[in-house]
Amino acid sequence: MSSQRTLVHGLILGAFCLGFGMLLVLTNSFTENDIAQRALEDRQNSLAQVIPASIHDNNLATDTLSLKGDQGNEVVAYLATKEGKVTGVAFETASPGYSGAIKVMLGVDPDGKVLGARVLAHKETPGLGDKIEVKKGDWILRFTGLSIGNPPLEKWKVKKDGGQFDQFAGATITPRAVVKAIREGLQFFDANKAKFMEFKSSKTETAGANTAVAPK
Amino acid sequence: MATIDEYRTIVREGLWTNNGVLSMMLGLCPAMAMTNSATNGLGMGLATAFVMTGSAMLVSIFRNHFSQEVRIPVFVLIIATMVTVVDMCMNAWLHEMYKVLGLFIPLIVVNCLPFARIEMVASKKPILPSLADGFFMGVGFALALTVIGAVREISGSGTLFADASLLLGPAFKFLEMRILPEESGILMMILPPGAFLATGLLLVVKRMIDERSAKSAQAATAPSAA
Repeated sequence: MSSQRTLVHGLILGAFCLGFGMLLVLTNSFTENDIAQRALEDRQNSLAQVIPASIHDNNLATDTLSLKGDQGNEVVAYLATKEGKVTGVAFETASPGYSGAIKVMLGVDPDGKVLGARVLAHKETPGLGDKIEVKKGDWILRFTGLSIGNPPLEKWKVKKDGGQFDQFAGATITPRAVVKAIREGLQFFDANKAKFMEFKSSKTETAGANTAVAPK
Repeated sequence: MATIDEYRTIVREGLWTNNGVLSMMLGLCPAMAMTNSATNGLGMGLATAFVMTGSAMLVSIFRNHFSQEVRIPVFVLIIATMVTVVDMCMNAWLHEMYKVLGLFIPLIVVNCLPFARIEMVASKKPILPSLADGFFMGVGFALALTVIGAVREISGSGTLFADASLLLGPAFKFLEMRILPEESGILMMILPPGAFLATGLLLVVKRMIDERSAKSAQAATAPSAA
């Protein structure tokens, strides 16, 4: 008797799960394409901030190269090319800040100079550490045009550590982390420069293939 | 059928006398974690209100189809489905808002308030009163979150409704204002302790208003009793 009731409850619950599961499947199929599109737009937007539009004629978000980072993690690099030549590379670099990792999107030109840097995500203290965001201050813009060597490597620190970058009032750990992320990003670029430049030759074919596919 | 009076009670309870945050003290986790600005509070409140209305309606529709023994898993299932649907739809079609709130939408699942209202109201009453209850409880929740957010934002960063245009669209740019000069706020108010302070302060204010209105009601009835 009671086992029969248990069965009924089980069936009721199962029916609800099936029904609402189907609702989720439907919603997913309706939104899937839009969500993928939004994610692509987001990536293009953050890439456009660190790679000027004038230096490339390809789609940054799709011309990618996966490399091994220092800690064995995978780094996806977005390559900017113009007429088949690599004109810039953008990739994510991160360093632990005051609370959690600070993610920085870094654009680098073939000479190893910073084209632009933007903080993508952080959990720093609002009002203190968030001046690293471009909408809260222009601190992050000072990195543009700099490279390892200008200033020299030992000066790639905040002023408190004997380097040349300003920290801001009340926050040292945050700018220190950003400087470190960008410095390590530039070192990563130098270490993998050959691979990035190699992309040029294989690129011409892919670029041709891309344009061939596009009109369809 | 529910009368106009019943609906009036539902509205009053949801917005004031039985307000989710300030009276029942439910859903305090999002109420405190998400209110470092009025805009964030409003956005979280609106998303919660939407989920509450939808799940109240669904539970009420199916209220005669599930047995008492499995009602809790069914409620959980319905709320979780609603939250996931809202999450996906916002990601696809309200992407700017999603970027601000996206991380916190899944938190609605663990909010006690929708669950409590479903158990207390929607699983027992017909569709329309349940819908109204879910909606007004949700709006009351949104109002409470917006007020807590506003108190914390004004005292903490000196602004009010900063970035409201990101959430509601460029037409709402006029809401964004600066109340206090830059760098003059008390930083603590937008950090976690500020959430407890602001919520506590608002609870005191609400109790004071309630007490005063109870006193004046007593004073009004006293002569007739005498």
